[in-house]
Amino acid sequence: MGLLDYFLRTRPKGSANVAKERLQILVAHDRAERHRPPYLQKLQREILEVIRKYVEIDLSAVSVNYEQGDTHEVLELNIVLPEAARHRA
Amino acid sequence: MARIIVITSGKGGVGKTTTSAALAMGLAQRGHRTAVVDFDVGLRNLDLIMGCERRVVYDFVNVINQEANLNQALIRDKRCDNLYVLPASQTRDKDALTKDGVGRVLDELSQTFDYVVCDSPAGIEHGATMAMYFADDAVVVTNPEVSSVRDSDRMLGILSSKSKRAETNAEPIREYLLLTRYDPLRVQSGEMLSVKDVQEILSLSLLGVIPESKAVLTASNSGVPVILDRESDAGQAYGDAVGRYLGEDVQHRFIEAQKKGFFSRLFGG
Repeated sequence: MGLLDYFLRTRPKGSANVAKERLQILVAHDRAERHRPPYLQKLQREILEVIRKYVEIDLSAVSVNYEQGDTHEVLELNIVLPEAARHRA
Repeated sequence: MARIIVITSGKGGVGKTTTSAALAMGLAQRGHRTAVVDFDVGLRNLDLIMGCERRVVYDFVNVINQEANLNQALIRDKRCDNLYVLPASQTRDKDALTKDGVGRVLDELSQTFDYVVCDSPAGIEHGATMAMYFADDAVVVTNPEVSSVRDSDRMLGILSSKSKRAETNAEPIREYLLLTRYDPLRVQSGEMLSVKDVQEILSLSLLGVIPESKAVLTASNSGVPVILDRESDAGQAYGDAVGRYLGEDVQHRFIEAQKKGFFSRLFGG
């Protein structure tokens, strides 16, 4: 890098920072995933099948979250029913 | 009883074989009887990096299938009497590495060697999992680059769940970070993840930082482990890493960019 470059260069914020931020998020996510019990996906599918007997919903309507605390585990199920379903019953 | 060291990374092309060759040679030069084993069945390359490709007669799979005994397959290094290479098979399929077979060969090696260095193939397929299954120590080779760091983290997950030590609830594998192809100048200008960044993400104990170096290609071109090039930065950095592995307190070098002189600042280069 010559003297001329030094003056002409506009200092962009290094891309390494972006890399680090992206990695931190990604790795945290990957690690959380790793500690989930393996049956979660099957559980999600089976719950979906049961609900589908009564209400027409798609896969994205069911979310299964798993959190591990120090002394307990939380399994959180979130099912969003479509607008029309309420009138069907 | 030998200590079994796996050299792993997940991602390909980060320097696993270069590192396996260098660390094995370094350990052997310090007087430890060392065997380095190529687990990349179908794509063997360790023999090339070690410079013994024309002396391969029998290979790892031959020994597993009991078509040859271990002594027939082991190639003694011509530069160092303590170092032996067990080449991978070039033609057989990967399933040839059975868990029983690999365990038996490593057991036999353990009886006569101090260290067994396992050069893992890239990926998380059978060969890679076999290379790490029996490990006591793991060296995770990582480039300061997003995909490599992510893959390294994946490998850490596998090491802590699918290794023999994990399955038998034994003391966990000792894991080390070896950062390769490091360019302090690019780190300084914010273009490359720093050692500190990578350590923060992976939280591993740092075995060494190998600078990006022309010496690595020169060494592989001629089949000489780069650690034997004592003039080169990469060779010295590997030497330091071997010392640290053996418990010596060695200061890290090659992490900071060399200060440029006035003239090179002025005229570039």
